[in-house]
Amino acid sequence: MKQARFEQQYRPQWQSLEKQLDQLEALHVKRAERADMHSFVGDYRQLCHQLALSRERGYSLELQQYLNNLVLRAHRQLYRYNPPLADRIGHFIASGFPNAVRRQWKWHLISALSFVLSIALAWGLVWQQPEMIYTVLDEATLTGIESMYQPDGGPSADDRSGADDVLMFGYYIKNNIGIAFRTFAGGLLLGVGAILVMLFNGSFFGAIAGHLIHVGGDQPFFTFVIAHGAPELTAIVLAGGAGLRLGWAIIAPGQWSRLDALRLAARDALPTMYGVFLLLLLAAFIEAFWSPRDFAPTIKYSVGAACWALLYLYLIFGGRQRGAGKS
Amino acid sequence: MLIDERVDVETPEGAILTLSLAGPVTRALAYGIDLLIRLLVFAVFAMLLSLLGKAGSGLLMILMFMLEWFYPALFEALRHGQTPGKKAMGIAVVHANGSPLSFNGSLIRNLLRTADAFPLFYLLGFITTLINPRFQRLGDMAANTVVVHIEPADTSHKSRDGEPLAPDWPVNREDQLALLAFHERHDQFSRARQEELAQLAYPELDPQQALQQLNGVTRYLQEGAR
Repeated sequence: MKQARFEQQYRPQWQSLEKQLDQLEALHVKRAERADMHSFVGDYRQLCHQLALSRERGYSLELQQYLNNLVLRAHRQLYRYNPPLADRIGHFIASGFPNAVRRQWKWHLISALSFVLSIALAWGLVWQQPEMIYTVLDEATLTGIESMYQPDGGPSADDRSGADDVLMFGYYIKNNIGIAFRTFAGGLLLGVGAILVMLFNGSFFGAIAGHLIHVGGDQPFFTFVIAHGAPELTAIVLAGGAGLRLGWAIIAPGQWSRLDALRLAARDALPTMYGVFLLLLLAAFIEAFWSPRDFAPTIKYSVGAACWALLYLYLIFGGRQRGAGKS
Repeated sequence: MLIDERVDVETPEGAILTLSLAGPVTRALAYGIDLLIRLLVFAVFAMLLSLLGKAGSGLLMILMFMLEWFYPALFEALRHGQTPGKKAMGIAVVHANGSPLSFNGSLIRNLLRTADAFPLFYLLGFITTLINPRFQRLGDMAANTVVVHIEPADTSHKSRDGEPLAPDWPVNREDQLALLAFHERHDQFSRARQEELAQLAYPELDPQQALQQLNGVTRYLQEGAR
C-alpha cells in the first residue's frame, strides 16, 4: 500500500482518536459535549499497529513522527493511574506513615542522635561558660530572643491578636516545611546536607535553651516550645533520616547499581516525607494558636507531655498488623 | 532534533515508542517562564493581601511556600507532566518507560530540586544533565523520569504537480525514506539547492530536469502509478 492511500484510509480514525485525547486531557468537559470513549482502547491498539507498519514500509519520517506522537499521547492517557485520594490518605495515616518510619529506624536513629547530641553539647557549653553563646548568636539576635521570653510575661502575652497568630502560622509553614524539604534534598549530597542541618539546628536550639536558663527565661521558653516541639522536632529529625537514607544509597548501594539504589531509596523514603509535611502542618498550627496562649505552666507542661506521648505511641505502635511479627 | 537525543521504549502493545529528550536549554527556558508566572502571581497577591495587614502577610507567606514547592509538583502531577512553562515550550515529564508521571514521581523530582540547585543557579543539576545520557538531573534519576518533547506535527499530505514516474532502479527502504524526507523538507531549501541535490541522483541530467525527475519518482513512491 502506498503512503497516500494509507493516510487516506486511516486519517479519519486518527482524527477521532485525537478528539478523544483532547477530551481526556481536558480538565473538565461539558456533559453534552462528551464524545463516546468506547472505541478508545481499540483505536489505540490499531494505532500502535499502524505505527509499526509505517516504519516497516518506510513511509515518510513526518508521518512516522506524527503517529509516534499520537501513540505517546494515547499511551499517557491509557496508563494513567488515579485511585481515589481520600482512601489513600486515610490508609497512609492509619498505617503507611508509622510503618515507613519504623522500616528506616536506623537512619532516623542516627539523625536523632546527631540532633540530640548537638543539643546536649551546645547546652552544656553555654551552661558552663555563658559567654560561649556569642559564638552561635550575635548581640542583636540575642536581645530579640531574650525579650521574647521575659520572665514577667513579655510583650507576647496580652497584646497578641488573631492576626498575629495567622502571621506566625504562615511564617512557620514557609520556614519549617521549607527546612524539612531542603534537609531531605540535602541528604542526596552524600548525606552531608542532612547531617549539617541536624547539627546546626541542634546546637542552635541547645545554645538558646542553655542561655535562657542563665537569664531566667527558661519557664516562658519551655512552656512555649513543649507542645509544638513534639511534632516539629520529630519531623525535622525524620526528614534528616530520610535524607541520610538517600545519601547512603549513593555511598554504599550494595547489590544494586547506584542509580537503582537511589530510585529504591527515594521510593522508600517518600512516605516519610508525606508524614513530615503533615506533622509540620500540625506543629505550625499548635505553635501559632496554642503555644502563645497564657496558661498555668502545669497545664502547658501536661499538654506538651501528652503531645510527645501520643506522637511516639503513634509512631511506634501505629499500623502494626496483628501477628505480623511472629512469622 | 538529533538522533542521539532519542530513546526507544517498547509499550505493552509491542509498539516501539520514540521519546525525543529535551535538553538543558529548553528546560531552562521553561523554568524561566514558570518563574515569571510565579513572580507575577506573587506580585498580584502581595498587593491584594497587603490590605489585610498582618493576617495578610501570614497568608502571603503560605502562598510563597505553595509557589515554591507545590507549583511544579502539583502541575506536573495533575496536568500530564506539564507546568505552564513546560507546556509553552512543548515539553513534558514522563517516566522513563513512557508512562505518565505519577503523583509520587512528581513529588520526588520536585522535592529533590534543592539538591539540583546546589550550590547556585542549578549548577549541580546542569552538570548532571550534561553527563547523563538521558539528560536527567538528580531529581529525575531518583524518580526515574525524563523530560521529552511533545510536538504536534503537521502531516497534511503535500503532493506536487507532475506525473508519477516509476524509479529506474530498485528502491530500498533507505532510498525511500531519503526521498520522502527530501520532499517534506523542500521548502527549507532554495530552488538552486534543490536542483543541486537532485543532481546527486541524476548526474547525467541538467539540474532542472533532474529535480523534475526526482519529484516524479517521489510522487510515485507516495501514490503509486496513475
